[in-house]
Amino acid sequence: MTTISKVRYSRRSVLKSGAAAVAASALPAPMVWGQETKDITLRQFGTGVSNLNEVAAKVKEDLGFTLEMTALDSDSVTQRAATQPDSFDIADIEYWICKKVWPTGNLQAMDTSKIANYDKIVGIFRNGKLTPESVIAQGTAPHSVGFTTGVDGTSFVDEESGWMTLIPTIYNADTLGIRPDLIGRPISNWSELLNPEFKGKASILDISSIGIMDMAMVVESMGEYTYPDKGNMTKEEIDMTLGIFTEAKQNGQFRAFWKTFDESVNLMASGEVVIQSMWSPAITAVRSQGIPCVYQPLEEGYRSWGGGIGLSASLSGMELDAAYDYINWYLSGWVGGFLMRQGYYSAVPETSKNFMSEDEWGFWFEGKPAVGDITNPFGQVMEKAGAVRDGGSFYDRMGAVACWNAVMDENQYMVRKWNEFVAA
Amino acid sequence: MTDSIATSAATVPSQESKHRSANTSGWLLASPLALVLAVFLVAPIVMIIAVSFWGATEWTIYPAFQFDNYEFLLSSDVTYRVFVNTLKYAAITWVFTLLIGFTVAYFLAFHVRSLTWQIALFLLCTIPFWTSNIIRMISWIPFLGRNGLANSALLSWGVIDEPLEWLLFSDFSVILAFVHLYTLFMVVPIFNTMMRIDKSLIEAAADAGASGWQTLWHVIVPLTKPGIMIGTIFVIALVMGDFITVRFMSGSQSANVGRMIQNDISLLQYPSAAATAVVLLCTVLLMIGILLRFVDIRKEL
Repeated sequence: MTTISKVRYSRRSVLKSGAAAVAASALPAPMVWGQETKDITLRQFGTGVSNLNEVAAKVKEDLGFTLEMTALDSDSVTQRAATQPDSFDIADIEYWICKKVWPTGNLQAMDTSKIANYDKIVGIFRNGKLTPESVIAQGTAPHSVGFTTGVDGTSFVDEESGWMTLIPTIYNADTLGIRPDLIGRPISNWSELLNPEFKGKASILDISSIGIMDMAMVVESMGEYTYPDKGNMTKEEIDMTLGIFTEAKQNGQFRAFWKTFDESVNLMASGEVVIQSMWSPAITAVRSQGIPCVYQPLEEGYRSWGGGIGLSASLSGMELDAAYDYINWYLSGWVGGFLMRQGYYSAVPETSKNFMSEDEWGFWFEGKPAVGDITNPFGQVMEKAGAVRDGGSFYDRMGAVACWNAVMDENQYMVRKWNEFVAA
Repeated sequence: MTDSIATSAATVPSQESKHRSANTSGWLLASPLALVLAVFLVAPIVMIIAVSFWGATEWTIYPAFQFDNYEFLLSSDVTYRVFVNTLKYAAITWVFTLLIGFTVAYFLAFHVRSLTWQIALFLLCTIPFWTSNIIRMISWIPFLGRNGLANSALLSWGVIDEPLEWLLFSDFSVILAFVHLYTLFMVVPIFNTMMRIDKSLIEAAADAGASGWQTLWHVIVPLTKPGIMIGTIFVIALVMGDFITVRFMSGSQSANVGRMIQNDISLLQYPSAAATAVVLLCTVLLMIGILLRFVDIRKEL
């Protein structure tokens, strides 16, 4: 029936489609399995945090279609989402960016009834409360921009409307990083950043939208002022906040400012700086050089951030179905485990648990001492046996969030003032 | 040109076509360069000037003709502070690169006798340029740091009791990096003009009883002026337009005009960045215009 050459030609593809058929029958969700799926390409762009090639490779393996990843900085991400809706299918953005981009109508709302694990998404992204007793933090809290009125909705609603703007994927709680060996005493307040004791040995990040929030945490901790909403300051509050920091800068409080991840690692590892705003993986990078560095939990709480994926308004038909498959796959655990083993949190922790060892789950999520060495997904040892995560368990850390990254109404004014601060 | 064509056409009509073809070929010969300059120099500058009058919202820019960008720029005292800071960097860097560059070029041109050695030593000067600008700059950071080589050496020699903080992330480190990066731009043109000084002039000066310093000051320096001027233009243009050296070596703590433009661009404020760029361009052109008043490079070359 077939010539030899044809058998040789088709053997691989027969095996492949056979495997796909098995997978399709094994998975209960309505999947768009078929030869056509392989031709689908979804273009995703976002910040580097979760735009990982490993994810694209796993998508190809598990779902069959191609995911193209583009990593940009958060300013470019915002611009692209707002101005070039046809240049992407999936936008991987932070919630404060969503607040800016959603009104442009470039993203479409997602039907939560098609999201298999919707009910398991942590409360922060649904009603804003981690636990029923939680108090909602200031700033652009994810749930406040997480829902809209309908598929074409342009405004945000407070309750769970069944239409989500972004599907949460990754989030974390940020605080100050310190060098315990060079400080030699406990640090427990944000105000320590401006303590004259650390004159010439402090640093803050030179990214205005995040830096201003860290500053607000410090100002409140110093007892100078209590903001009605740190995430939405008035012009006077911006002037006052930057005034305090300009004075500190002129007194030589800061050794340097940093803008990139690597810079923050180098400042800390070289001992130029002993206390600074920092991101979780940067702490790990310092520690992996054998240098003690602590992601210090502080009394006033954390500054938190969250990201999610949104769908382009122009997505329809099979591509849209594929995008829903992708979202369901995203929340089904593999990516969550991958991210959690780097110190981030997954939106559906309980599915991620299946993709982590008991020790890893205990260390990263439950705040228990590590039984063996903890490695990251790339095989590097991150923590030795016996180590405990700074800040403790998921509930200890995410339960102590004081504010979320935000975009202010007076953003442009704030940016100009920030430039003056840098030039001062 | 047109005059000569007109007169020649009137007197010798038969030569008219010859002149015209010479004229045409002149245009043709100049056109590739003119085209390249028009596309890659004039057009971008025109575009920058046009955009500098546009308006911007938080994430879009829209065509308009308004003076808001300039108004904000020229009314903010931050702008003046930043421009003064930029000029300060340029001036100090210029002094050091000139002193070092002149000395190196003088040594190469007048003390090294054989041409082979001159070329060998000159090539030696360019070796650092085999690596990237950024790498050469960043390699200062671990050297000058609080626990860096410089401080630990000074500490172990007992020269200082505690690490010098001002070595890194200060104006000192910025200027050090500038001098390191740009001295060669001073050495090359000065060396070039020095090599073309007629040696008999120096012998004549010696015969006339001039001391070494007198020869240097009254013979060599005036004859080297065009080289000094070209080097000066290089260094000033490079320092005025820099942003990355200031960012890394000052630890983002100092600002110059380049960083101001970069900040605007990263925040999608292209019109405001364009306006700053136009003001910077005018400043630099003005400075070069003044410099050229002192030396007529075209004549001297």
